[in-house]
Amino acid sequence: MDTLALALARWQFAVLTIIHFFFVPLTLGITILLAILETLYVRTQDEVYKDMVKFWGKVFLINFALGVVSGIVQEFQFGMNWSEYSRFMGDIFGAPLAIEALLAFYLESTFIGVWVFGWEKLSPKLHAATMWLIALGSNISALWILIANSFMQEPVGYVIRNGRAEMVDFFALITNPNVWVQFPHVLAAGIATAGFVILGLSAYLLLRGRRDAMVMRSFRVAAVYALLGTLLIVLVGHTQAQHIVAVQPMKMAAAEALQRSENPASFSILTITDEATGRELISLRIPYLLSILAYNRPSGEVKGIQELQAAYEARYGPGNYVPPINVTYWSFRLMVGAGFLMLALAAWAVYLVARERFADSPRLLKGLVWATALPYLASTTGWILTEVGRQPWIVFGLQRVEDAVSPTVSAGEIAFSLIFLLVLYILGMYAGVYLIGKHLRSAVASPQSVGAS
Amino acid sequence: MLNTLWFILIAVLFIGFLFLEGFDYGVGMLLRILTREDHERRAIINTIGPVWDANEVWMITAGGAMFAAFPHVYATLFSGFYLALVLLLGALIVRGLGFEFRSKEENPRWRNAWDWAIFVGSLVPALLWGVALSNLIRGVPVDRDMHYVGTLFDLLNPYALLGGINMVVAFLLHGALFLGMKLEGSLRERACRFAERLWPWTTGLFFLFIVYSYFETDFVQHVGVNPGVIPVLGVLSLLSSGYFIRRRDHGKGFVLVALSVVFITATLFVALYPRLIVSSLNPDWSLTIYNAASSPYTLRVMLIITLILLPIVLLYQGWTYYTFRHRIRADRPEEMVY
Repeated sequence: MDTLALALARWQFAVLTIIHFFFVPLTLGITILLAILETLYVRTQDEVYKDMVKFWGKVFLINFALGVVSGIVQEFQFGMNWSEYSRFMGDIFGAPLAIEALLAFYLESTFIGVWVFGWEKLSPKLHAATMWLIALGSNISALWILIANSFMQEPVGYVIRNGRAEMVDFFALITNPNVWVQFPHVLAAGIATAGFVILGLSAYLLLRGRRDAMVMRSFRVAAVYALLGTLLIVLVGHTQAQHIVAVQPMKMAAAEALQRSENPASFSILTITDEATGRELISLRIPYLLSILAYNRPSGEVKGIQELQAAYEARYGPGNYVPPINVTYWSFRLMVGAGFLMLALAAWAVYLVARERFADSPRLLKGLVWATALPYLASTTGWILTEVGRQPWIVFGLQRVEDAVSPTVSAGEIAFSLIFLLVLYILGMYAGVYLIGKHLRSAVASPQSVGAS
Repeated sequence: MLNTLWFILIAVLFIGFLFLEGFDYGVGMLLRILTREDHERRAIINTIGPVWDANEVWMITAGGAMFAAFPHVYATLFSGFYLALVLLLGALIVRGLGFEFRSKEENPRWRNAWDWAIFVGSLVPALLWGVALSNLIRGVPVDRDMHYVGTLFDLLNPYALLGGINMVVAFLLHGALFLGMKLEGSLRERACRFAERLWPWTTGLFFLFIVYSYFETDFVQHVGVNPGVIPVLGVLSLLSSGYFIRRRDHGKGFVLVALSVVFITATLFVALYPRLIVSSLNPDWSLTIYNAASSPYTLRVMLIITLILLPIVLLYQGWTYYTFRHRIRADRPEEMVY
């Protein structure tokens, strides 16, 4: 096997999928919010709501376009670089992908066209309904791709037959316990991302002197939305972490850099591991805290990396079953850190909104402009934790990554496709950021024509 | 039976894809062919503005359904036709961004660059799908482990290239007829003249392709000397479309070219059945609806789900075409959305 081709295939999947997921959470969250705002407009006839829908709708559309085009690659790259994965898993993995297309992609792509072109053609009620359908389609799409991903984390409802994993229980696939902690987490991340993007851009407009009703109300709504999203993330994230302790203990052990099983288990403040030897170079830990987080009580064993390695060797044969510890560890900490920072900022924003002082707090506003990056950091590190923490498996316990790669695709071909597609993604993102910047600048320049621009 | 039903469903998804994306790609290419004027280019883009994204989902769904029903075909095809697929994906990326970004900035260089993106992004997929589908029936080097062992240049043989050119020309014709239905004024006139001039080329190249197919594929051995009703209908609808195109009846011309796309794609699947990828190394190594399929359980579950969802999709997608059935006027820029 060509190790360079394997390494490049992994990089390609990681890079292209992470970039694709820059656009997904905003779409998930902002479509729901736009649907709510447009419904409020229909019910109250308050033009400010319409201005909000038009203004943020444009930001959404630019983001959505990038999500659509990077999503096309997602649909095909399993076959391109991971043909043996596709053969081994197609019986199970293909089904949710096809359902995602049939149930969600058609819905969102059809009604996005209707929404964009239908302002004059549809009744206001029907037009608002199309945004609900887009929100539904986007979030159903997330559900089905997470059903597919959850099987890779926690295989259910299958048998190994004919040299591959075959589905025997479709119902088990969609009721996979992992789906129902992972999907709410992503949904909440979408809400938080939309909240923080609108907060950040509204804060920019406020700092530039735009204080009309559209911007002020956008800020208020987004502050509440962001707080709701981050609160949900913390609650769901806690439940999800407890689920991971039970079902994917190696991922949690690596995320905590916990070498030996402990009871009660300690939570790491700072641990640096020499991955070659498994020796801890630095370790600062709070006793009891990991057990409390894992089981809601101050005792209970959390398995360590070395015990799990021994158990997996006994079960799966000789080999290294330890994921890259430092990457997993730091991605977990960055994700959680970003999440709590978002919670604090959202709470601060809501507090100042309640006291009607937010527009006069440059500290908050400047902080929020920078905080626009936080949900992106959290989403990216969250996926790195999820996927790197599962290594060396591509499907936990069933297939290793090195057995999944396409045997006929050369390193040169993968390098070419990675660079070619990456260049296009970067050009596309550059153009998208430029257009959003132009949209904001024109709003600063001519406050009256906000919606029309 | 189950496997055959899935073969038919995959064929239906490809037919839907090539029918809808066909004129859509054609319109994208005609953007640079018919006019240099910005307001006319906008008009052309606005004819497909509300529908291009949903049309493209047919290709995504065909890919996804192939993954679900015939995972080995999905794996062999996309890892085997690797570089071609990368180019296709790159084309579709810039094309989609072109539609969405182009008119959001007035700078002529910006717009010109995105117009190139739309043109190339429409030409390349049309050409490459033609090349890919022609190769599927001609046969490609697939070994006993279902691995594609050729290179990109094995795909670029004269027969497949002719198939690709055929697809480009057919989609240009279809796109021009679509514009004939959707536009008004002098731009429409140019689209109509273009369709008239292109029709003999489309038909001529297609007959060349048919003749070439008798030498390059096993169509006659496989299907028999009597090809059956589907290929004949494909040829007849293409031939009769010429009559309506000359009479400037673009509605009927469009429908007949659409039917020829439908029947010719169906013919391809008739020629393939029960195979999906023909191996040029050994007939026994071809990927078929049996050796490349998912388990009966998965096929059954997915069949039920698809048969429920696809008609609903057709209903609401049809509704959008009805909602946006009006003609676009290039001299009314205030009505342009894109």
